[in-house]
Amino acid sequence: MYSQGLIGADGRTTESEEFLARFQARIDAEEKIEPNDAMPEGYRRTLVRQIGQHAHSEIVGMLPEGNWITRAPSLRRKAALLAKVQDEGGHGLYLYCAAETLGVSREEMTEELLSGKAKYSSIFNYPTLSWADMGIIGWLVDGAAIMNQIPLCRCSYGPYARAMIRVCKEESFHQRQGYELCMSLAFGTPEQKAMVQDALNRWWWPSIMMFGPHDADSQNSDQSMAWKIKRFSNDELRQKFIDATVPQAEYLGLTLPDPDLKWNEAKGGYDHGPIDWSEFWRVVKGQGPMARDRIKARKKAWDEGAWVREAALAHAEKRQARKMAAE
Amino acid sequence: MVQTTPLWEVFIRPRNGLAHKHAGSIHAADEVLALQAARDVYTRRGEGTSIWVVRSADIVASDPDQAAENFEPTADKIYRHPTFYDIPDDVGHM
Ligand SMILES: [Fe+2]
Ligand SMILES: [Fe+2]
Repeated sequence: MYSQGLIGADGRTTESEEFLARFQARIDAEEKIEPNDAMPEGYRRTLVRQIGQHAHSEIVGMLPEGNWITRAPSLRRKAALLAKVQDEGGHGLYLYCAAETLGVSREEMTEELLSGKAKYSSIFNYPTLSWADMGIIGWLVDGAAIMNQIPLCRCSYGPYARAMIRVCKEESFHQRQGYELCMSLAFGTPEQKAMVQDALNRWWWPSIMMFGPHDADSQNSDQSMAWKIKRFSNDELRQKFIDATVPQAEYLGLTLPDPDLKWNEAKGGYDHGPIDWSEFWRVVKGQGPMARDRIKARKKAWDEGAWVREAALAHAEKRQARKMAAE
Repeated sequence: MVQTTPLWEVFIRPRNGLAHKHAGSIHAADEVLALQAARDVYTRRGEGTSIWVVRSADIVASDPDQAAENFEPTADKIYRHPTFYDIPDDVGHM
């Protein structure tokens, strides 16, 4: 669903000046870097970490929405939610496969997620308390994801850029079905409108935190920008998202829970109130209300799937042996 | 012992008349499961009418460090291109 400003990346690298200059020249010429090309270790490490975090976010992101599939109020909504959650699983797989081209294995990445070593987007550590959350997540969380992901389609690393093109094509459906769901509640009974307003109140700040820390506090951004892994800063993307979202909330007749939000004619965008970064870091560090449940659910799925993986491999081996014997 | 599930490269023909094109990769124990997984992961919206899967380990690739000697000679053989030859306009389109 989403990629956050990279958490804890490290762009340090130790290659010779000449090698780095040659690599940078390729990047500056907008050449794409492909899997077997020579690349600085810092570039490879940054991408492994970012693509891994992104893939984990897609996979963990299936859980908050999966929570509501059986309780969808109509077949139409259930089919849409099911398709969306399946897409998020697909996004995770496209991204794992892009990371694997950098020499990291799927098993290592899974292990890092389950052990808590790898991070994923902190937005998924919030609970989904009402049906309206399904609308708000599609509208805001997928909406923020789209803002983040569209520039990633031009990322300098070819396999990541190609995976993102595929992802972005699918995200638009996610956001539209969410906004449509919000419309049906916002234009419904007073209780329905109150329910969607409550969901908006809970998800607004976590959604704008999805763009990561302010530019001044985001140490890894400069190197990622120079390597064209990242094309816009966290604050630039956050601004674009807010500017796009305010009129959408107005159309729904809903109020964004920020009393300081107001149009700034001079900059041609909205100003917003202070973001509670202590909450952001608390949630990133795994103290979100659902952090333990999310990892527990992934572990359970992994452990309970072990016999299936083993059986499939045993069956494949048996078939292979039979084929060899017949030859 | 932890066994790892093999990696497969997936190629999809968007529609008849076009060639299969690389779409990505998936993990699967054998070719039957690989085809099924490739269908689920890469063709949820009519992206294709045919899928190939190939074990990633079976792909032989040229070395990017040799890209210069492998591919650059084509750039200086300009006489291989039609525009190298001057044909008068009077002759008509050729
Ligand atoms: Fe999504
Ligand atoms: Fe996604």
